[in-house]
Amino acid sequence: MSHLTHQPAARFSQMRRAQARQRWRMLAMLGAVLLAGVMLTLTLGQSFTPLTTVLRILGGAEVPGAGFTVRELRLPRTVISVLTGACFGLGGIAFQTMLRNPLASPDIIGISTGASTGAVFAIVVLSMSGPAVSVVAIVAGLGVALLIYVLSWRQGVTGGRLILIGIGLAAMLQSVTTYLLMRAPSWTLQEALRWITGSVNGAQLDQALPLLIALLLFGGLLLSRSRDLETLRLGDDIAAGLGIRLATTRIIIVTSAVALVAFATAVSGPIAFVAFLSGPIASRLTGRNGSLLIPSALVGALLVLLGDYAGQFLLPARYPVGIVTGVLGAPYLVYLIIRDNKSRGTL
Amino acid sequence: MLTCSQKPPATQSSGVTAPQLRPASSASQPRKKLSTRFAGGLLLLALLALALMLSVAFGAREVGWPEIVAALSGQVDTIGDATVASRLPRTLLAVLAGAALGVSGGVMQGLTRNPLADPGLLGVNAGAALAIVIGIAWFGIDKTTTYIWTAILGAGLAAVAVYAIASLARGGATPLRLALAGAATTAALSSLATAVILPRGDIGGLVQPWLVGGVGGATYEQIMPVLPFLTAGFLITLLAARKLNLLAMGDDTAAGLGEKVAVARAMSAVGAVLLCGPITAVCGPIGFVGLVVPHACRLLVGGDYRWLLPFSALAGAVLLTFSDVFGRLVAHPSELDVGIVTAFIGAPVFIWIVRNRKVGSL
Repeated sequence: MSHLTHQPAARFSQMRRAQARQRWRMLAMLGAVLLAGVMLTLTLGQSFTPLTTVLRILGGAEVPGAGFTVRELRLPRTVISVLTGACFGLGGIAFQTMLRNPLASPDIIGISTGASTGAVFAIVVLSMSGPAVSVVAIVAGLGVALLIYVLSWRQGVTGGRLILIGIGLAAMLQSVTTYLLMRAPSWTLQEALRWITGSVNGAQLDQALPLLIALLLFGGLLLSRSRDLETLRLGDDIAAGLGIRLATTRIIIVTSAVALVAFATAVSGPIAFVAFLSGPIASRLTGRNGSLLIPSALVGALLVLLGDYAGQFLLPARYPVGIVTGVLGAPYLVYLIIRDNKSRGTL
Repeated sequence: MLTCSQKPPATQSSGVTAPQLRPASSASQPRKKLSTRFAGGLLLLALLALALMLSVAFGAREVGWPEIVAALSGQVDTIGDATVASRLPRTLLAVLAGAALGVSGGVMQGLTRNPLADPGLLGVNAGAALAIVIGIAWFGIDKTTTYIWTAILGAGLAAVAVYAIASLARGGATPLRLALAGAATTAALSSLATAVILPRGDIGGLVQPWLVGGVGGATYEQIMPVLPFLTAGFLITLLAARKLNLLAMGDDTAAGLGEKVAVARAMSAVGAVLLCGPITAVCGPIGFVGLVVPHACRLLVGGDYRWLLPFSALAGAVLLTFSDVFGRLVAHPSELDVGIVTAFIGAPVFIWIVRNRKVGSL
């Protein structure tokens, strides 16, 4: 008898171990690709700088010519790309998992747009700069998130209604952003595009520290809740039955995710579709076992890094990263819409 | 229920009982009494008259009655006269744009059997804008007539694409799918438009008007070329109104009643695009008018498109003219583009519609 019950359990734990191995392998691979991407963007631009020189420059050595290129032009761009991408990836997958719908990512339901409108309002109307802009962006993002949730509440919140209301609000906020930008005294197309489609042009290294702190703080908060997040995937009732305090968990997850998205938006603008794409790509890669938080952060960082690189060097003209990801992301959204409705809730 | 006195006589001849069946979409909105319709119509006409007067009288510069009268009778002697005279084409464009967008939205809602259809939300305006941007950047177009043809082409392609994407899924084009397909298409098209503009620093200023919709600075030279298209669009959509009533009952029922569904669809779509394309070419994207107006009119006249479309034209003109006046007053002495004002009116209505529908149908 004990022999019979023992065997499936052993097989199960063996399977679990195999899955965990596969997951670590995938994570290591993503990390390696990201590292390679960072190396690529630091070494090869308009001119080629050998890797050893790059490492020496990063170590503090003065190399005439290449020093400026690497330290002032390439490094800030790379660092900001990786950080904003990770923030968007984390924020996106947190929303998608919690609401059990790949379409419910912050950039589709208007939260990024809200943060962007807040940032533009702070800059253009209130003449703010620096961290104050981030604060306004976060407050605006949280406000929009709360508004969407309240407005879609009608004996509970359903994914479809929440997404539709988000789309409606996003359309309105978008027109506000465009209007504010066109009224701004120093209106330039590049600057405006940052706040409409997202761009890491003109990234500064001193923007990286607040972003890194936000990523560690709120990303850590999300990671500490990753088990609850996984349980929420089973449905609210089951999660509650398994002893999860729904309200507290939701508040922590939403606040952290919105803060991540808003911090990133305040630096780079709402880079189109990164939050929306990272989770599903990570899910495909890791074969859907274990938490998707870290894989999504890595995929998000890769998307922004490589999207920006492609926009700078691989296309006939120089485009901001948001345009590249915007053109990439739309077909995937179309695919999700066309795909059979039944599997829509599962990512 | 089937009393003939409520019908305009012209449509009774061939449709047998078909036009008298209540369209499915109006099941929750019972047929309105004729007196309600007349009262509503009179109210809208009065509002339009008021809106026209306000639009001519108010703006950045304050003018008195003598100047208004002088300008209306064609005299342009003082700055005040000239101010009023410059407000005339703007008012005319607001009326035309409102009417066209209102009808266009109503037709799209009927065609897709979808309460959230609107040229802005479905990405049709973005298609028109992208076509114009490409036209300016690559083909150097600079005439209003060429803008209009280009915009119609872009709007038509975008409309077909969005509808096809949403319908390809099993279960057909639900409001959620259409809205998402519209959002995805808008995102992709505006990314492409930006990609076209960016390498061309020289056209940045030229394409700026197509970012936010407005009727400011309109001239008669801009408006004249639009008129033939709008006339054609209004005629086609009015002819399609009875077909839309049948389509509202479902494709099978409509086909069973002898309607050629594909022809009806194509005809309404052409009419809708002829209305919203040229308006986008001249004003830029103005969202939400096509969403709000038909819904408001349904409360007034019910779901019969032969009544709904003319009322939508009237109500659209009222809404857009008032929005334009409001935009001028609220940001005095500057002005708010009418596209922003309609977005602020429209988004709450959009949310109200979404909240008041059953979850299953989303």
